[in-house]
Amino acid sequence: MSDHDYTPSSKVGKWFNDRLPLLTLANHLTDYPTPKNLNYWWTFGGILTFCLITQIVTGLTLAMHYIAHADMAFESVEHIMRDVNYGWLIRYIHANGASMFFLAVYIHIFRSLFYGSYKSPREIIWIIGIIIYLLMMAAAFMGYVLPWGQMSFWGATVITNLFSAIPLVGEGIVTWLWGGYSVDNPTLTRFFTLHYLIPFLILGLVVLHIWALHVPGNNNPVGIDIKKPSKDTVPFHPYIVIKDGFALLMFMIVFAFFVFYSPNILGHADNYIEANPMVTPAHIVPEWYLLPFYAILRSVPDKLLGVVAMLSAILILAVLPWLDTSKIRSAVFRPLYKQFYWILVADVLILGYMGAMPAEGLYLLIARVATAYYFLHFLVILPVLGFKEKTIPVPLSITESVLGGSPNLAAARNRESSEKLK
Amino acid sequence: MSDKKPERRDFLFTASYAVGAVGAAAVVWPLIDQMNPDASVKALASTEVDVGSVKRGNTITVLWRGKPVFIRRRTEEEIKEARSVKMEDLIHPEKDEDRAKNPEWLVMLGVCTHLGCVPLNDKGDYDGWFCPCHGSHYDTSGRIRKGPAPLNMEVPKYEFVNANTIKIG
Repeated sequence: MSDHDYTPSSKVGKWFNDRLPLLTLANHLTDYPTPKNLNYWWTFGGILTFCLITQIVTGLTLAMHYIAHADMAFESVEHIMRDVNYGWLIRYIHANGASMFFLAVYIHIFRSLFYGSYKSPREIIWIIGIIIYLLMMAAAFMGYVLPWGQMSFWGATVITNLFSAIPLVGEGIVTWLWGGYSVDNPTLTRFFTLHYLIPFLILGLVVLHIWALHVPGNNNPVGIDIKKPSKDTVPFHPYIVIKDGFALLMFMIVFAFFVFYSPNILGHADNYIEANPMVTPAHIVPEWYLLPFYAILRSVPDKLLGVVAMLSAILILAVLPWLDTSKIRSAVFRPLYKQFYWILVADVLILGYMGAMPAEGLYLLIARVATAYYFLHFLVILPVLGFKEKTIPVPLSITESVLGGSPNLAAARNRESSEKLK
Repeated sequence: MSDKKPERRDFLFTASYAVGAVGAAAVVWPLIDQMNPDASVKALASTEVDVGSVKRGNTITVLWRGKPVFIRRRTEEEIKEARSVKMEDLIHPEKDEDRAKNPEWLVMLGVCTHLGCVPLNDKGDYDGWFCPCHGSHYDTSGRIRKGPAPLNMEVPKYEFVNANTIKIG
């Protein structure tokens, strides 16, 4: 890498860089050697950075008009929608931005699952990512409470009550979280404070996430270690910058479609009714991005175990690098894992759908089977697969896989047989 | 390290860390405790309710400490139904006699013990309450009979100030 021998060309630049090596950092970021075979699934890191910045900027501007008080919050949101210049636009970007953020993060996570990006030596990147994901869920949940509508209020009630499942201290913790004997004004003001804080924590963790990434460098679709810089890499700028930029534009089209054509489709009409502690809406559903975990919570008939199952479903991801015993990273060379991967994708989608349906009859049964399979995938299938699976030989370099055609089963078999002929 | 005899300096280190930890905990506590219910919230601890106009078979809902409280004037059938249930059929065994000292009046927090929703009146498989959130069924004594909730709906501390007035809290 050129990091260590970089010298700014101008005298002023050198003077500055000797005192604070920001230019060295900028040079590292532009020259950063990136695998040349990265596909579009790798553009979601940049897209997620865009989402975070969008949420922070729109959130700051909304906070200039929002009033965090149980008597005024609901009206202040309507004030933003009707009176504040472009308030409707900023709020719709912020509300739909949360959904877009989760859409991107789920693609980012499943990309990592497919190509084995969480495996050695990238475990710390992965774990920081999981912490970011948890903070995102906390921020999204508390943000949803702020408009103080019916879904806000009852969502907050249900989620904070999850802590009452903890034996002995549960009730005390819930009262402490509420600052009272029910969700009320003290709850709203502290949620606003934390909702404001968390994005900046995420920003800090994103810096660590990228820092940890830049130590081993990017994983890539064939999942092999590469020499850097080499024939297998291209500099981050302009190659990846342009590709990420193009993907971001495509993503923004989807984003803009939601903001301008169906800004409320991902929300619930009940949240345009002001919070009422006397009446629970007939059907409480969390936002779509939390539905799979909600389905897991409801599929366990015991209160404490349901909460434990839901939290385990998320936390199990943190130990994934050690549950997956296979040395081969990319699913491209793991014929069996590839199939189980797609079953897992289907399983999570099914859980999401069941989370939106009432917890009864056939829906409940399917949710239970899907919950069981979710844990089976991580706790049994992945550890066993690493020992049992017969993997396809991986190429020695990216260039080899490119010149040898696409790195799929047929290509690999052909190459293997042609090598034998020689 | 283990071979070395502890000396004066080790003692000083350990003592300093211990004092430091106590100091840090003492500083952190106010920052944690400020989130507990404050004096103004605690001051709203009791409510008096006029129940003179409640007819048999009707329920009124009042707000106490930010939570709904159901006050139901039960019919003879409902009382009979509640009192004839066998203890072994209950998930959280409690006698109706203990829950409603005056059998005509059932006073309890209208809060589902699962995740805190407000159950609906006169619904469910046991002629009592039904929680729409996750499907818990309560009987005419507000006891959990079916569904994910672990406990009966809570009976708060209350008393009849006079024939027509209940003081909750």
